[in-house]
Amino acid sequence: MLIAKVIGTTVSTIKDEKLIGRKLLVVRQTDEHGVTSGKPYVAIDTVDAGVGDLVLTCSGSSARQTDITKDTPVDAVIMSIIDTLEVEGKIVFQKYPARQGS
Amino acid sequence: MLLGVVKGTAVCTIKYPGTEGLKFLVVQPVNKKLESVGLLQIAVDTVDAGYGDLCVMVRSREASLALHEPKAVPLDLALVGVVDQYQIRPNSEFNLVMKRGSNSYT
Amino acid sequence: MGTVVTTIGHPHYKSRRLLVVQPLALEGDAAEDDDFIALDNTQAGIGDTVLVLREGTGARQVLQNPQGCVISVIVGIVDTVNLETT
Repeated sequence: MLIAKVIGTTVSTIKDEKLIGRKLLVVRQTDEHGVTSGKPYVAIDTVDAGVGDLVLTCSGSSARQTDITKDTPVDAVIMSIIDTLEVEGKIVFQKYPARQGS
Repeated sequence: MLLGVVKGTAVCTIKYPGTEGLKFLVVQPVNKKLESVGLLQIAVDTVDAGYGDLCVMVRSREASLALHEPKAVPLDLALVGVVDQYQIRPNSEFNLVMKRGSNSYT
Repeated sequence: MGTVVTTIGHPHYKSRRLLVVQPLALEGDAAEDDDFIALDNTQAGIGDTVLVLREGTGARQVLQNPQGCVISVIVGIVDTVNLETT
């Protein structure tokens, strides 16, 4: 799975009927610190992600293995929202920074 | 299938139903010389790998088949083996070019 | 080009060797670093030129395991390759 950041939304009126009602988000691959690089791509959201979230995207035929994307023309899906990333013993990303004193 | 080095862990609370309880590890894909290729990625662990382990990974839909209870969940990278011993010979020992005409290999 | 030994591994990988393979380049083309790992189903050795199946469904058929989590399988050892000369 790729670490990606949601950078926008897509609106499409004329599309395959299996895509009707699906949330299409624009995402871009990032490194562990959330710095984006590479080409943006469109992924179907299954977990109610929003713009700015760091998410995991799954691509290829695996992307069609959800109830939402089964048998639909999809090649990337957002399948989880990242809370914390720990690399080499250090926490490099935290969605909700720990409150002081807790 | 490819090699990767475990770099850390990823914690996700909100994830696709069916993937709860799976261990997500941060991995760096590497080539045969164990040099990093591309950015860090996330893989699901099936072999209890830990930080620093060199692992064999499987991509695409086969990742969800690597789970101990295979099910249709959106996963495209799984760790399937922890490498204990790795042996590689340099490119110069091999003939990696197919010439025009006949190439005999045995 | 090399071997990978895993003691802790997925059951589908047991009793077969994992080998490092590198696709061949055509004469005149630059060789690429596009190596990968494949499961050996033919008793191939280091230095052999082999046929590799790189597709999951086909790999599951070769290994006769409909649930197998394997993509690349070595399915043959190449004796000769003939390419057009012009």
